[in-house]
Amino acid sequence: MKKFINEIENVEIEMFEGLSLAHPDVVTRLEDSNVFVRATKKEGKVALVSGGGSGHEPAHAGYVGTGMLDAAVPGAVYTSPTPDQVYEAIKAVDSGAGVLLIIKNYTGDVMNFEMAAELAQADGIEVASVVVNDDVAVEDSLYTTGRRGVAGTVFVHKVAGAKAEEGASLAEVKAVAEKAIANLRTMGAALKPSTVPAAGKPGFELGENEMEIGIGIHGEPGTHKEELQQADVIVDHLMEVILKDMSLDEGSELAVMINGSGATPEMELYIIFRKVYELLEKAGFKVFKTFVGDYMTSIDMAGMSITLFKVDDELKKLVSAPAKTIGFTQV
Amino acid sequence: MAAKEKVLKFIDIFGDKMQEHRQALTDMDQAIGDGDHGINMSRGMKAVAEKREELAQKNISDLLKDVGMTLVSKVGGASGPLYGTAFLKASMVVKGKEELNAQDLSDMLKALEDGVVTRGKATTGEKTILDSLVPAIEAYDRALAAQKPIKEAMQEAEKAAFEGVEYTKTIIATKGRASYLGERSIGFQDPGATSMAYLIQSIQEAL
Repeated sequence: MKKFINEIENVEIEMFEGLSLAHPDVVTRLEDSNVFVRATKKEGKVALVSGGGSGHEPAHAGYVGTGMLDAAVPGAVYTSPTPDQVYEAIKAVDSGAGVLLIIKNYTGDVMNFEMAAELAQADGIEVASVVVNDDVAVEDSLYTTGRRGVAGTVFVHKVAGAKAEEGASLAEVKAVAEKAIANLRTMGAALKPSTVPAAGKPGFELGENEMEIGIGIHGEPGTHKEELQQADVIVDHLMEVILKDMSLDEGSELAVMINGSGATPEMELYIIFRKVYELLEKAGFKVFKTFVGDYMTSIDMAGMSITLFKVDDELKKLVSAPAKTIGFTQV
Repeated sequence: MAAKEKVLKFIDIFGDKMQEHRQALTDMDQAIGDGDHGINMSRGMKAVAEKREELAQKNISDLLKDVGMTLVSKVGGASGPLYGTAFLKASMVVKGKEELNAQDLSDMLKALEDGVVTRGKATTGEKTILDSLVPAIEAYDRALAAQKPIKEAMQEAEKAAFEGVEYTKTIIATKGRASYLGERSIGFQDPGATSMAYLIQSIQEAL
């Protein structure tokens, strides 16, 4: 394992220290904790809290700031934060208008955030939650854990954050987050697995000419391996699965995210987007706004995901609203 | 040995086992999950071990509760809430008790199960902790019903727990991160069921 790290057990904490030192104008790290809140708390609005394992940078601390989250709680690498930590975050950001938890659909995340919500509700804080499950690679069924929350989560942060910034109520912010989730679909592929520092070796194995399809964001293997193909062929395949799962009409408008997993150069992401755009145009859909870059990474995995987000007028306005965070800024 | 000493001994043994099998549990989790089960469980039990003196001052119920809260706050992932809630539930059924009989142990085991079911919304056959825990409880109760002594009953529970671990190799995961793999999860043993089997084994060894 080759990484720019010191002692393995200090990886998370040293990242937290660096992050808060680098961006004091945007985020404040609560003392001796892994809770990041806005440098300037905005009173009277619904507060948004998200989190998950570390290793997804800039998610989630990178989305704390004006127009997006009020707090983020990064846990250990690829490990959900614990209930007491999320509870601290909820307490720190609540200003009476209620708190919305944005949870990615993983067993651990859901359980830890649920326990935190129970603790906060016992204090009389109004807490609601939404669970993001945009990954079409996973079969959705009542009998399984269901689809994972992956890169599309960033869009949920964006639109719910913009809605909360407008002064909407907790029920309204939750409703728009759920509308976003219902219209989000993502699928990814990987060329090289990630290495969790504490594990010291890659999360799965891939041969020189293999790729992993249907990959998640935690170094867990995808749904299956395939022989490596040219980018256009891979995009064709992923888009087919994604589009099959969406109800789009001619003229439907889409926000598109081509997300890098940490070790994929932008060069490749743009090559991917070129083909995505071509397919969407051919099908008669309109690309409303495009985001290309590392938004939800998996440490050093070489991989990418394609997210399609069907937007109506309300969602378009919220996607376009200003935001100022470490990982996502637009004016 | 008084009941409390046995509970403390169980916690020590389980902690040792989590350190000892840290890598193996992590490797199992890498095969079908996200590769951190051993790391997380050993971190949690290490935090418990650091509180050992404090725990020894408490009664059985309170010390189990403390272990539960420590696991909830130190383990993270799914295992933290699952094991944590299990210990919290177990602490509730022995409230006020200074001595524990064979039936109390059965009640505690069922409380562990109740905690895991409540938090994880799972059932047996889904390749989870429950696949070693539930057969262990059934074996223990069967042995008690057959008038076997507690130590022997726990030995049968241990055997059933490890058979449960073997069983997890034959089934598809439908809960937890391994469920994303579908049929690819067949052939691999479930790390959660495995750590739970070590927990059952630790109880047996502490008796």
